[in-house]
Amino acid sequence: MEERRTPPRAHTLPETIQLAHGTGGRLTHQLIEQLFLEYFRNPYLEGMNDQAILPGEGGRLAMSTDAFVVKPYRFPGGNIGDLAVNGTVNDLVVGGATPLYLSASFILEEGLPVRDLVEVVESMAAASAVAGVQVVTGDTKVVERGSADGLYITTSGIGRIPEGIDWGPHRIREGDVVILSGSVGDHGASVMIERFEMEFDTQIESDTACLRDLVEAVRDVPGIRCMRDPTRGGLATTLNELSQSSGLNLRIRERDVPIRDEVRGLCEALGIDPLYVANEGKLVCVVAPEEAEEVVRRMRRVKEGREARIIGEVTGELPGLASLETLLGAVRVLDLLAVEQLPRIC
Amino acid sequence: MKYVDEYRDPAMAEHLIEEIRRLAEEPISIMEICGGHTHAIFRAGIDQVLEPQIRFLHGPGCPVCVTPIEKIDRAIALARRPKTIIATYGDMLRVPGSESTLLKEKAKGAQVKMVYSSLDAVALAEKHPDFEVVFFAVGFETTIPANGFSILRARELGLRNYSVLCNHVLVPPVIRFLLEDPDVQIDAFIGPGHVGTVVGSEDYRFIAEEFGRPVVISGFEPNDILQSVYMILKQRQEGRRQVEIQYSRAVKPEGNVRARAVLNRIFEPVDQEWRGIGTIPRSGMAIREEFRDYDAEFKFQSALTLSPAQESPACICGEITKGVKEPWQCESFGTACTPDNPIGTCMVSSEGTCAAYYKYQFLKRAAGGMLG
Repeated sequence: MEERRTPPRAHTLPETIQLAHGTGGRLTHQLIEQLFLEYFRNPYLEGMNDQAILPGEGGRLAMSTDAFVVKPYRFPGGNIGDLAVNGTVNDLVVGGATPLYLSASFILEEGLPVRDLVEVVESMAAASAVAGVQVVTGDTKVVERGSADGLYITTSGIGRIPEGIDWGPHRIREGDVVILSGSVGDHGASVMIERFEMEFDTQIESDTACLRDLVEAVRDVPGIRCMRDPTRGGLATTLNELSQSSGLNLRIRERDVPIRDEVRGLCEALGIDPLYVANEGKLVCVVAPEEAEEVVRRMRRVKEGREARIIGEVTGELPGLASLETLLGAVRVLDLLAVEQLPRIC
Repeated sequence: MKYVDEYRDPAMAEHLIEEIRRLAEEPISIMEICGGHTHAIFRAGIDQVLEPQIRFLHGPGCPVCVTPIEKIDRAIALARRPKTIIATYGDMLRVPGSESTLLKEKAKGAQVKMVYSSLDAVALAEKHPDFEVVFFAVGFETTIPANGFSILRARELGLRNYSVLCNHVLVPPVIRFLLEDPDVQIDAFIGPGHVGTVVGSEDYRFIAEEFGRPVVISGFEPNDILQSVYMILKQRQEGRRQVEIQYSRAVKPEGNVRARAVLNRIFEPVDQEWRGIGTIPRSGMAIREEFRDYDAEFKFQSALTLSPAQESPACICGEITKGVKEPWQCESFGTACTPDNPIGTCMVSSEGTCAAYYKYQFLKRAAGGMLG
């Protein structure tokens, strides 16, 4: 038997895990690349997509998994239950898959009110019905009071990918167009207001939604290169990942990225960039230029895509980096965040 | 929220840029004192649009960047104390002390909490009567009154487990210090908007009257900053040297009288060390003797006798903070010192000059972009 090798890069990891390792920014990427990828290396994982695409009899399978630890577990517009279903379903559909089955694991904190759990499970059932998936297996664990923030949920999902669909960053070409399905930052802003018990005179609702209908509306357009749902880390992080994987430059225009006034106001007040704030029901789509208008038209016919628009292009100028053309016409790099965005002092 | 759109309107921006180009016959250096402005300038790309006529120098206006290393070591020493909660603003968690940061201590199990206001820290003290809650307070005139108010609130509530480790600094003394430094070449100042809401404009008159430099107190939206640059150029063209307020929707000449009263009741001016710059007379604000029970440095004296702080020799943050050198001139910039692993304070805070340079320009330059 081959001796287990010690991956050399793991030695550069820090001594302790910090919160920033979980924010989807630079430290998360470091952890994935220097630890998980080093030990688990295989062709499916190396794709580094939201879903793994696996060979199967009667068509390819897509598989995805996600853990949900949102605090608080209830927020305007949804709860951890919707998120746990929609999050995994969306990770499947952005790969072109029709979602079929889910598993759900619950980690419950001692003392959690049962009525809260009932509410969460009801939301999961409703979200599953909308997505057309069944929860077919699961697990329950209870941990001592103080060991969790109420409840954590992990969902895994399986879907089937139709013949002819091959979406991924490897298909992105210079000259392609970047489309966004709607305003950014709504989910993260709604959670921030609840989490920090901020007094804010307007209600910001999470955009938690299932993207199945939106993706199906455009699935047969041949020019679609790649899709992602910009969740944790926001739009900027997703653009970064696509730029890195394709080795090209995804450049967006600040004036074309929709941000609700309330979200912009909250972000201004906290000194946070809304482009890095989480979404839970938005789609970024890279499309061949000649079909971009058609994709926007189709998206706008679906509720989740009513505000869809072209926000930028793929260029060869800053290879591997995402960038932003500001309102003043200057161009700046949209880098991965080093750590979680922290509110400013003055 | 409508006024925000107005101050981001591209047509208005274009008009202001044209006017600035017309007025700027020769290149001038403008220092923005506040880190919030530094960030806004880079975020909107104002520096790119106005170069080469306008050169922005980034001043000492990030309270995180100028907090001396000894103070960070003290906060860390208190965090290591049993039954103690350190509450502070987000950015302070990452500032390197001699051998650790508050964030690293948190990951090791220390009770370190990020708060949004000093009153949240008072609430923590109320909620955890068995713990000593120490609020690590930094900031300029903007935050001093609110932090002072937390002491009044704690006293009103009869809390004996609340105290403040404070590192408050004042803007006017550091500007005077810079203007008296022969190495520093500054033609005009963009004055700090949030500080202005508290202190008004009078405190900056000496800059115009004694040193003959225009000052415009500015807001933080792109068009605010462009308009402020325009107002500076207009003053120069007309041969005026004055303090003007561009950010008139928030700043009154007299400032906020009530906030100033709280500030002066609880704090008194002291000589203050600025990280990387040195000690500047009467540039800090310490808690008055009357409120000593709430002064963490007095309350925990015995726990705060520490070995001398170790500053990294590779760091030139002080010269960067004074506007004498640019981040590019630091050997560590972008190599040993990055936002993932900051050595100097200027790389820590989102308001720090090095962090802003790194975030908005370094990668582009490295990729051979237009700045190369």
